[in-house]
Amino acid sequence: MAESRTKTIKTQALARVEGEGAMFVRIEGNRVSDVKLRIYEPPRFFEAFLRGRGFTEAPDITARICGICPVAYQMSAVGAMEDICGVEVGGQLRALRRLLYCGEWIESHALHVFMLHAPDFLGFDSAVELARADPTVVQRALELKKTGNLVMKVVGGREIHPINVRVGGWYRVPRKSELEPLRPALEQAREIALEAVRFTAGLRFPEYEQAYELVALAQPDEYPIDRGRIVSSNGLDIDVADYDDHFVEEHVPWSNALHSRLRERGSYLCGPLARYALSADRLSDGARSAAAEAGLTPAERNPFRSIVVRSVEMVYAAEEALRLIAEYEEPDAPAVTVEPRAGIGYGCTEAPRGILYHRYEINDEGTILDAKIVPPTSQNQRTIEEDLRGVVERSLQLPDDELTLLCEQTIRNYDPCISCATHFLKLEVERS
Amino acid sequence: MARRLRDSLPASVDVLEREGEPTALIDLWAGAEAVWLVDAVLSGAAPGTVLRLDASKSDPPERLRGGTTHHFSLGESIAVARALGRLPPRVVVFGIEGERFDLGEELTPAVAAAIAPVCSAIEEEVRELSAGR
Repeated sequence: MAESRTKTIKTQALARVEGEGAMFVRIEGNRVSDVKLRIYEPPRFFEAFLRGRGFTEAPDITARICGICPVAYQMSAVGAMEDICGVEVGGQLRALRRLLYCGEWIESHALHVFMLHAPDFLGFDSAVELARADPTVVQRALELKKTGNLVMKVVGGREIHPINVRVGGWYRVPRKSELEPLRPALEQAREIALEAVRFTAGLRFPEYEQAYELVALAQPDEYPIDRGRIVSSNGLDIDVADYDDHFVEEHVPWSNALHSRLRERGSYLCGPLARYALSADRLSDGARSAAAEAGLTPAERNPFRSIVVRSVEMVYAAEEALRLIAEYEEPDAPAVTVEPRAGIGYGCTEAPRGILYHRYEINDEGTILDAKIVPPTSQNQRTIEEDLRGVVERSLQLPDDELTLLCEQTIRNYDPCISCATHFLKLEVERS
Repeated sequence: MARRLRDSLPASVDVLEREGEPTALIDLWAGAEAVWLVDAVLSGAAPGTVLRLDASKSDPPERLRGGTTHHFSLGESIAVARALGRLPPRVVVFGIEGERFDLGEELTPAVAAAIAPVCSAIEEEVRELSAGR
């Protein structure tokens, strides 16, 4: 007779600041009958907060949504405002934006790869335990983060929440001589990142793959960071302005965060795995070789191996930053003039954890009438739930504590942004 | 708080305002003899309640670590720094119980009232440390 039992895995909120998050998986017999990921999403509050503010305030206000990826918010915001006002920021002004973004990628990926995700693979409860057992690994993370911080400080004017970004460009552009000292740090960062690729490629990965629809920005001549069309592994290829025609956000009763889905096909995955799958051939030489050595191919669909892709992207960010610095020429003016005009505009950039979409409507005075922000964690939320379902179904034989750990690890594959979309938590297993 | 402490503390004491990801503090306090950290906490106590924690010898309790999938807490950063041998000899954390964590620019009166006593406590501890050298 089939065993009849119900097992419930749920999380208990450990709220650090506002809100809380939780995960809930119910297992009945050999079937996962329910998966709910409940997350809180400050962007909703920010959308209301933005209405009535000046269009030039959007980058600084939205940067406050996340302490890990403020540049992503700033870049999507300035892109949308410049779109409304019919201004294109190109040349070295745009190159500096890409450089700033490289700093954020290095910083964010280093934190996640070494200090948040690696402990899962190595059997440590946290980076604190990892630091005790293998301090070198954590020291590397801190060195990489320091380099990312340095880029943010020199280009953005401050390590966290850069203050130098404005609609139209910058308040002040760095002298070439100010960027030169970044080179040795970035060269060292590239070496550490190459080691990180080798280190992560040697981890043991749960066997799990899904036929995801992978969604990322893409363009012909460079790896996507600050602009591009929105493309997918299933043939989607649209202008950012057409986002709302193809993607929709829905309320689900168990989460404050909206669930995104493709109108026609449902869930999708954005982030490093998607970027790599769709633009692997546009990586820098060093990053491409490192990926090949690590055994990555654009056909990679194991979400646990996203830790390897993040490491490859750290190599890329260091090499791209070095290229941008080598080619830098001080622009004549720190910004182009932007006059407000009534309209709707769109911005989308690649936050470290996936595409971040902004849409604004402003009036002729430049007052924001409406704002919509879709962070990557909202976009991945359905896929995270589907992965949890799939991973748990394949691992029902595991004891509760191991299954719980595997669930946490599965969620961390997406580097979900607590500041943007959730506050996390430890998982607890209950049987009934 | 930072403005007041900048004026009141000796020039040998750096007063830094930081936000966001706290592992960056590990570089910031490198070489310091002592560090006092002030942060908001949410423990369920009355708003404005001040918690003083000497983390020089032991890590903050688990309940104050509040780890996340995506973020390090101040308590975890202290624990990591200790594991790496990168913690100053003296580390004191002042936690001020917050009242509102939603958007806004002003402190609530209960929280604002905690600023002066925490400043005084830090000023006193800096004086004591300087006198004891």
